[in-house]
Amino acid sequence: MRWFLDNWTDIRGLAWRHLWLSIVPVVLGFVLAVPIGYVAHRWRLGGSALVSIASVVYTIPSLPLLVILPSLLGTTFLDPTNVIVVLTIYAVAVMVRSAADGFGSVSEAVVDAARASGYSAWQRAVQVELPLAGPVLLAGVRVVSVSTVSLATISPLIGVSNLGSLFTDGFQRSFATEIVIGIVCVVVLALLLDLLWVLLGRVAMPWLSVRGAR
Amino acid sequence: MNAFSGGLDWLATSAHWHGDDGFPHRIVQHLGYTALTVAIASAIALPLGLWIGHTGRLRGLAIAVTGALRALPTLGLLTLVVIWRGIGLTPPTVALVVLAIPPLLAGAYAGLESVDRATTDAARAIGMTEWQVLGRVEVPLALPLILGGVRAAVLQVIATATIAAYPGLGGLGRFIIDGLAVRDYPQMVAGSLVIVALALILDGLFAVTQRALYRHQ
Repeated sequence: MRWFLDNWTDIRGLAWRHLWLSIVPVVLGFVLAVPIGYVAHRWRLGGSALVSIASVVYTIPSLPLLVILPSLLGTTFLDPTNVIVVLTIYAVAVMVRSAADGFGSVSEAVVDAARASGYSAWQRAVQVELPLAGPVLLAGVRVVSVSTVSLATISPLIGVSNLGSLFTDGFQRSFATEIVIGIVCVVVLALLLDLLWVLLGRVAMPWLSVRGAR
Repeated sequence: MNAFSGGLDWLATSAHWHGDDGFPHRIVQHLGYTALTVAIASAIALPLGLWIGHTGRLRGLAIAVTGALRALPTLGLLTLVVIWRGIGLTPPTVALVVLAIPPLLAGAYAGLESVDRATTDAARAIGMTEWQVLGRVEVPLALPLILGGVRAAVLQVIATATIAAYPGLGGLGRFIIDGLAVRDYPQMVAGSLVIVALALILDGLFAVTQRALYRHQ
């Protein structure tokens, strides 16, 4: 605890960096995965192929991908962009499946009703299917968010610092306290971020809490 | 693309395919860690998951625990156990077992839950004991989902066993950690490509096995 207070400014800096390295991939992943998931849901034949491609991408181990990527992207090895790109790739890979499941959970009768009342394809997707798929999409975001915060801790191994630096630094100095504090900080950050998504979900989908209260 | 083609050259050099630092030995080590870890994690998580799925008890707790375990950073756990117990097989095994438990547990209890209630009731009605219901009805029907959990666990462990090299153990992660220490990018890229290939091959094997099982049913 003493060590934590003494090094509060450093830890806060690492935590901000960690937060930024986690939020950007989760948000980017969501923005990319929702349209892909919608296409996968609507387009039957290619849809299952899209979902399988996503699951193959997810099997690619992260540390090796962090190593290979700079030579493909043309970025420098120590560029934080690599970490963001890798985490975004995983976020998309996981969320495409949950987005396809989410759109699949919307009743076809509702979609037909929207079509009958004159909604265009675009209006149906955005105003009817997207909100109804919301709960499943939110569940997907929450899963991805927790694993992204945890996965981001390996980036100090390739020289990009964040809360994971407390592990490598503590290891080099054989200082267990620092590692324990690092683990606690990562778990707390994951929980806080999870809470943020839940709150955003409440704001975006107010009808859910009403139904829950009944 | 320079480091990438350098990595391919590194892979093609025959000297890197012999001896203790060669790819075959490192691959065997890597698969050894994975097998050991998944075996231990299965011994813990599968009976527990089957019990939860069969009885329906502690389900909420299981969901909470698997969620919490997923948030635990493996690198933190690994370095912590190294400081407590010293370098050896224990730290990566502990860290990777913790990583492998959530998918195995989830696969087991979700698998049993997916079995139709009417089917298990029918099995009881014709006089099967609880053990027979579990062994002859629930587990065979839940097998695809249970195997899905094993597949997820194996792939996560294969990917993450890479970091066992950080506190000085073997496995394919050595090429990445050693390469990083001397800024030898071709070596890192070569090691990375082998790990990716290994993960994709294993995933393919699992896909084939699962398909064969479905056909069998």
